[in-house]
Amino acid sequence: MNASTDNFTTAPENAPAIETQNLSLWYGNFQALENIDLKIKKGMITSLIGPSGCGKSTLLRCVNRINERFDYVRINGKIHVEGQNIYAPEVELIQVRKRIGMVFQRPNPLPISIRENILFGHQIHHKNQKSSKEEKDAIVEDALKHVLLWDKVKDRLHRDAISLSLEEQQKLCIARLLPVKPSVLLMDEPCSALDPKGTEAVEELIWELRGKFTILIVTHNMAQARRASEESIFMLMGKVVEHTETGQMFVTPRHKETADYIEGRYG
Amino acid sequence: MEDLNSISLNSQNEKNIGSDQLDQRNLDWYIDKAVSMIVFIAGISAIIFIVGIFLFIAKEGLSFIIKDMDFTEFFTSPYWEPSDEDAPEYGILALILGTASVTGLAMLIAIPFSLGTAIYISEFATGRTKEFLKILVELLAAIPSVVWGFIGLTIMNPIIIKLFNVPVGLNILNAGVILGLMAAPIMTSIAEDTLKAVPDHYREAAEALGATKWQMIYKVVLPAAKNGLLGAVLLGVGRGFGETMAVLMATGHSINIPTSIFDSVRALTATIAAELGETAQGSEHYGALFTIGIFLFLITFIINLSADLIIRGVRKK
Repeated sequence: MNASTDNFTTAPENAPAIETQNLSLWYGNFQALENIDLKIKKGMITSLIGPSGCGKSTLLRCVNRINERFDYVRINGKIHVEGQNIYAPEVELIQVRKRIGMVFQRPNPLPISIRENILFGHQIHHKNQKSSKEEKDAIVEDALKHVLLWDKVKDRLHRDAISLSLEEQQKLCIARLLPVKPSVLLMDEPCSALDPKGTEAVEELIWELRGKFTILIVTHNMAQARRASEESIFMLMGKVVEHTETGQMFVTPRHKETADYIEGRYG
Repeated sequence: MEDLNSISLNSQNEKNIGSDQLDQRNLDWYIDKAVSMIVFIAGISAIIFIVGIFLFIAKEGLSFIIKDMDFTEFFTSPYWEPSDEDAPEYGILALILGTASVTGLAMLIAIPFSLGTAIYISEFATGRTKEFLKILVELLAAIPSVVWGFIGLTIMNPIIIKLFNVPVGLNILNAGVILGLMAAPIMTSIAEDTLKAVPDHYREAAEALGATKWQMIYKVVLPAAKNGLLGAVLLGVGRGFGETMAVLMATGHSINIPTSIFDSVRALTATIAAELGETAQGSEHYGALFTIGIFLFLITFIINLSADLIIRGVRKK
């Protein structure tokens, strides 16, 4: 298990964490992504914005190859994550997903207890090594403390995860990625099912995680992109229009489409 | 033609002029009322028939239960000798064991087959294979039980004799296999529905965490579907208890307390089917058969009810 993770060669310091080359994707006959070339910096929060159907979620879902669950999806091109092409034929999906965690639009804790949710990924990826109860306790506590959930749920770790509020569920979904020790986190509109208070809490959490992970976040919410990300990518009709520092994009966008979208003329 | 059109248009126009009354009813209103009446009667009548059947069975069995039945003998005696003229005996223990052993073996065969098929169809098969398999399962469920009995009698029988070197091939093994194959399609179809009802985002979550397909199925999908799967199994058991024709043909129909799967047995249902036509209406024997009927009815009712409650339990969540 551990040996196989070494397949990923360590990239030089300032190399991009995620680099797509000529990435195209089709749903059946519909082309959803057209020749995407992107370089996403390591340890940063990068937001993907654009109107509905522009392909931002599709692009995100390419990065851990979760799109391949559907057999009508066809993908062309390369995505390098930390120097290695994850679409190379010899790459194992399981290793890709161990490296690259994902948070979904609707919180999707598994229908098991809070504790088991946290340990699910850990157990899958550490099958051969038996962890003692104390080690597992430590993993659960550490993960939940990271997402600021520990104090709230420490007395009910064996309760069903579905019993948590949506905000707590979403935090749990982030927490359960941590024991797997990914280096990239993908977030597909992680706050869209939450109320404003929950959104604020989860946003703060994401902000806390920056630096430790490369975070790519899809959002519909312009204000969220502006306050919670360091770089932004604006997409339209399956193409990348603009990729700059967030502050610059919202103050002096280079393209007319970007400016129009940001000002709310469409989308 | 043109004339007709213009006439109907005209008459409509005239109606429209006076159509500001809100209480106007057109033909559709009457059709709607009539249809809902017909559907109501159809629905009610199904319930009335079922209650009627139960009352009929109960009435026919009741005189035996009150007058002649000895409860201990009925449930604990292995001797079913209704045609003994001096001292007829009505013990259904051997019949209960016959039915139970055949059903038990059938479930041992049907559960792995049906769950395996359901998991394959729901989680692995895609596109055309999936559709094809689903249709095939439905087709298998539609094979009449007498055809299954026929297969047991003419195909399974010689195979069992040859393979295991036993004198008779009509036994628990034969009937168990036949009944297992009969029950598997319906169990598959219900189990597949249950698996399909497991929300896809559970699968997506598990896969995104790096679970393999089997880990996802074993750790997430099956636990989430367990109630429905149990319900499917119970419905299969109910089917096994109630099946008559195939069991009559494949068990050998001889009264026995079974000691091995190569013993011929007789089932509760088959006893009724074989003997009822030859008894005098209202006689003790006749009443005893109806009492078996009541017993079977209660058992299958309890099994189906619990299956239903278990499946409902899933839906509520």
